[in-house]
Amino acid sequence: MYIIIVGGGNVGYYLAKTLSEANHEVLLLEKDRARYRTISEELGEIVMQGDGCQADQQLEAGFSRADAVVAATGSDDDNMVVCQMAKMEFNVPRTISRVNDPRNEKLFHKLGIDATVSSTKIIYNLIEQEVGGGEIIPLAALNRGNIEIVEIEISKTSPVAGRNIKSLPLPAETLIISVIRDDHALLPTGDTVLTIGDSVVALVNATHEPDLRRVFAEGL
Amino acid sequence: MNVVILGCGRVGSTFARLMHKEGHHVTIIDLQSEAFRRLGQKYKGGRIVGNGIDEDILRRSGVENADVFVAVTQGDNRNIMASQIAKHVFNVPQVIARIYDPIRADRYRQLGLVTLCTTTIASGLLHDFVVKGEWGLAKDYSAEYLAANV
Repeated sequence: MYIIIVGGGNVGYYLAKTLSEANHEVLLLEKDRARYRTISEELGEIVMQGDGCQADQQLEAGFSRADAVVAATGSDDDNMVVCQMAKMEFNVPRTISRVNDPRNEKLFHKLGIDATVSSTKIIYNLIEQEVGGGEIIPLAALNRGNIEIVEIEISKTSPVAGRNIKSLPLPAETLIISVIRDDHALLPTGDTVLTIGDSVVALVNATHEPDLRRVFAEGL
Repeated sequence: MNVVILGCGRVGSTFARLMHKEGHHVTIIDLQSEAFRRLGQKYKGGRIVGNGIDEDILRRSGVENADVFVAVTQGDNRNIMASQIAKHVFNVPQVIARIYDPIRADRYRQLGLVTLCTTTIASGLLHDFVVKGEWGLAKDYSAEYLAANV
């Protein structure tokens, strides 16, 4: 795959290194000359000095044959324009944007950017996972169809402990895809009985997540 | 009219004063409070210090009830992003972005933003004044004009 990364900060730099070690063809585009010199000394010819928002420099960097463009600068506005221009000018099949303000993810998807990554949101989710025992933890959101992957712990006070999956009054558009028991992921059937200490991993339409929460709500 | 202006540089501040003088309800946003010095004594409209691509700041500027949103910061991408938030998140009826890069101005115009490319306008005006001895109309100097002629 030919992957173009825009923005040679720490994220872009390590991503370029990691991808080229995995034998992908990589180009890292960095606007700032001083930063460009620093990283090209180490990474060599895979680094190019240029502005990833400008159509002529996108052409020079080979956007027309890129399989994916990753916008990895620290500015959401620059990342947005990199991805939109890559789509409009060169119809790049996959555009991926780093997003600092998690609220921008929705807008970016609406504007046709294929995928977004928000480290703010990932760290937030990890913290929720640490402190939010027994609650529903969002693990990831799938871009299309408003689907979330969530993890639910079955604690001592859980009303569903000891019940089998088919007896649960699950809301619409909910699918239990795995039960994690003693660090092993099981593929459950309707007869699988949930026990204390299990973690249930489910796909759920975001609109039905509150209903799912009620099914597993503790102390009721 | 309710007008929200992003960027209190020369253009933003002059436009704000113009609209305020005509009796419109104006709010202007800039990252730095010192920029508001350009507004002078007579301007009594709103001033918000903050980042114009942050939804909270935009909301505080009253963008939800704005009839017009104008983005005239120094950054093309900042103007583009703020305008798209105003248009797609807050449904502002009239959104205008100043974009220096003619190509970006043209492409985002095709996406439905009103874009003002002062690069092509100024160079087109200069060309006609130098070559023909007369000033043309700003609306004739869109990015397509430049692309077709250069």
